[in-house]
Amino acid sequence: MGKSVKIRRGLDISLEGKPSTHIHTLSSPTTFAVKPTNFKGLVPKLKVKQGDEVKAGDCLFSDKKNDKICFTSPVSGEVIEIVRGNRRAIIEVKILADSQISYKTFDTTNFASKSPDDIKAILLESGLWPFIVQRPFGTLADPTITPKSIHVSGFDSSPLAPDLGVSLRGQELFIEKGFKILDALCEGNVHLNLNPKKDNTVFKNITNTTVNHFQGPHPSGLVGVQINKVDPINKGDVVWTIKPQHVAFIGKLFETGQLDLEQNIVLAGSEIKEPAYYTSRVGACIDNLLENNCSNDNVRVISGNVLTGDKISTSGYLGFYDNQVTVIPEGDEYELLGWLLPSYPRPTISSSLPISKFLKKKFKVNTNPHGEPRAYVVTGQYEKVMPMDIMPQQLIKAIMAKDLELMENLGIYEVIEEDMALCEFVCTSKINVQQVLSEGLQLMAEES
Amino acid sequence: MKFLRNQIDKLKPTFSEGGKLSFLHSTFDAFETFLFVPNHTTKNGAHIRDGIDLKRTMFTVIVAMLPVLLFGLWNVGHQQSLALTGTDGSLFNNFMIGLIQTLPIIIVSYGVGLGIEMAFAQFRGHPVNEGFLVTGMLIPLCMPPDVPLWMVGLATAFSVVIGKEVFGGTGMNLLNPALTARMFLYIGYPTSMSGDAVWTYLPEGSKTVDGYSGATNLGELAAATAEGKSWSDDILSASIMDSFWGNIQGSIGETSVVACLIGAFILIASGIGSWKIMLSTLLGGLFMGWIFNISGATGAYMDMPAYYHLIIGGFMFGAVFMATDPVSAAQTESGKWIYGFLIGLLTVLIRVFNPGYPEGIMMAILLMNVFAPLIDYYVVQSNINKRLKRVNA
Repeated sequence: MGKSVKIRRGLDISLEGKPSTHIHTLSSPTTFAVKPTNFKGLVPKLKVKQGDEVKAGDCLFSDKKNDKICFTSPVSGEVIEIVRGNRRAIIEVKILADSQISYKTFDTTNFASKSPDDIKAILLESGLWPFIVQRPFGTLADPTITPKSIHVSGFDSSPLAPDLGVSLRGQELFIEKGFKILDALCEGNVHLNLNPKKDNTVFKNITNTTVNHFQGPHPSGLVGVQINKVDPINKGDVVWTIKPQHVAFIGKLFETGQLDLEQNIVLAGSEIKEPAYYTSRVGACIDNLLENNCSNDNVRVISGNVLTGDKISTSGYLGFYDNQVTVIPEGDEYELLGWLLPSYPRPTISSSLPISKFLKKKFKVNTNPHGEPRAYVVTGQYEKVMPMDIMPQQLIKAIMAKDLELMENLGIYEVIEEDMALCEFVCTSKINVQQVLSEGLQLMAEES
Repeated sequence: MKFLRNQIDKLKPTFSEGGKLSFLHSTFDAFETFLFVPNHTTKNGAHIRDGIDLKRTMFTVIVAMLPVLLFGLWNVGHQQSLALTGTDGSLFNNFMIGLIQTLPIIIVSYGVGLGIEMAFAQFRGHPVNEGFLVTGMLIPLCMPPDVPLWMVGLATAFSVVIGKEVFGGTGMNLLNPALTARMFLYIGYPTSMSGDAVWTYLPEGSKTVDGYSGATNLGELAAATAEGKSWSDDILSASIMDSFWGNIQGSIGETSVVACLIGAFILIASGIGSWKIMLSTLLGGLFMGWIFNISGATGAYMDMPAYYHLIIGGFMFGAVFMATDPVSAAQTESGKWIYGFLIGLLTVLIRVFNPGYPEGIMMAILLMNVFAPLIDYYVVQSNINKRLKRVNA
């Protein structure tokens, strides 16, 4: 039996542009892209060239450090462009999709009789392997390792996040099957962490997992917080995490033998005219979603949520792990005495902005940081939004000082960037916490 | 607003790199960002950020100090009037006298301090930090009304350069800068910072009324202790209510417990000041006073009710405005309890046992500033040990 945990320290930022539960189906987007930049620490080794024809499930590039980890095409079509950035690093591999998708077939029959290594081989070849994220450090999972446990967060508490009860509706069978596959991959338990207050019907038939219950404000839905509460990562431990929608992909592959990366995503934010769920696919171009649906030109389009997502252009591509696109106004405007007399309400945890704090309305946020970066002055602020048993400010300072031993002692193995995104949001000194943490994780990963 | 913005945009190239006045870049930047929150946007990480920034934080502290400042202005005039005529002057008169005496101190403190801060910021290529906005007000508030202006300037320069900038500027200092300034004067110029003559501002050559004494509560208690009197000898000339409201002699901002409590309310309600530190400082003071009460020893301080300690002298002002400085205080949440409690405890200990200097809160806070990193070290270590224990379990 799992644990039941009430998260107290945290923050739900309520934003305008909450999606309706309606699922729209638009015409399929014409271009897709797989972005090596979505994977932490990946050095890609290209397997296709411009003009090649690929099927859904064909390898586009692999991991230079482990050639078995493939990154495959989400659709069939022609490789139209390989976008390179600084020092010719590959930024995007773009594919022009066929109108009718043809799939590569994988031999997934009789999976129950297959050994874990066979299952791993199928996941690696099909390109589903990268959906599994390894902690510590939040990197691609190492297929040669058997992890202590696998954690799946059954709900997303981030701002404007999709309700999985809506977005995964109809996928029950695939999810069930996916969990069986996961169970074969680890020696310990597979943990499914649910919020009892949400619609959990899509998870109802799952067996062989430890179900834990989490309640409370964001970040209660972050898998890192959940691991910290039920099964903390110690030095030397390896834990894998995967999101439920990706578990469904795995189940679907083993059910049908095809890599079908169709998913329902949320399009939300104050600048979206019709915030709702839309049928899409991993790596899809979002221009058809935003067409006539955006109330403003000067916007920030985010693949993911406002706390951890990536900035993309209005004709950019959905990130590999994301099932959400958020569109908010840019904040590139001067504000006269804005620090003293804010000219519009903005979310805050500070009671010194009483109107914002106590009216509790929904906020139309923009990307202005509302102040400039400063040295640390205020203390006790991160702790208010950090439910893990970790001293956030001390950890960040240890990283700034590049003190590896202290970083390890203060629990850097237990966190990845998203776990400290709220600390970054509340920071009075406007310190880029996630970036600092990212540098610390990289340093740690190189040293260990 | 448009007009103002256009004017600033016109001026900006002059102060930017390559412009004629580029050596004033940091200063220009400080004024520009004071007027306008910049049009920057987030580049990476969280795309949205909280509405609070350091400017607002510091400004809130200044608002919290206003009751103390206003009361102090009035009280400077009030005390002068009592000393010269034996009767109270009009409200307006008291204010004007207070303003005439105090305003130059404030101007010198801000002028010297901000000047040095801006020079350092320019030299280092940093933006000007807002920390001195608070320090610059705290320094006048903890000075005796009679302090010569050159001393204020010298002490401010000392505290900014030696107390803060040599450590790396705002956020890096070990000691509370305002108390560093006060300490500097106390050690360098003790006759201007202690004794019975400095607590009331009297014009040169003026004559006080018969029976006037410049002694503060703490001065009277120290004298009584030296003479071996006991508490029942009616040592204090000011009533406890006078000490509570604050119409007594003392440093400009320290006298009124009521004004300090209003400030504490603002700091706590806005979440800017740490209620943990304030409360634990009061508890520490009460605890030590109570220990003396039950110790069985006799003497002026031993039988004084413990709560008197919180009301007389600068205890409340120190607990609310000085101990809570987040940079020099303990930075861990449980560390704050220990830090505050020890400040209260040491304050009373120093008051009672140190014959040389009647007030203890300045020493106690500076001492605990030095020890705060040690307290934090042990709190952090306990978190580390918990994690190590998990591995071994």
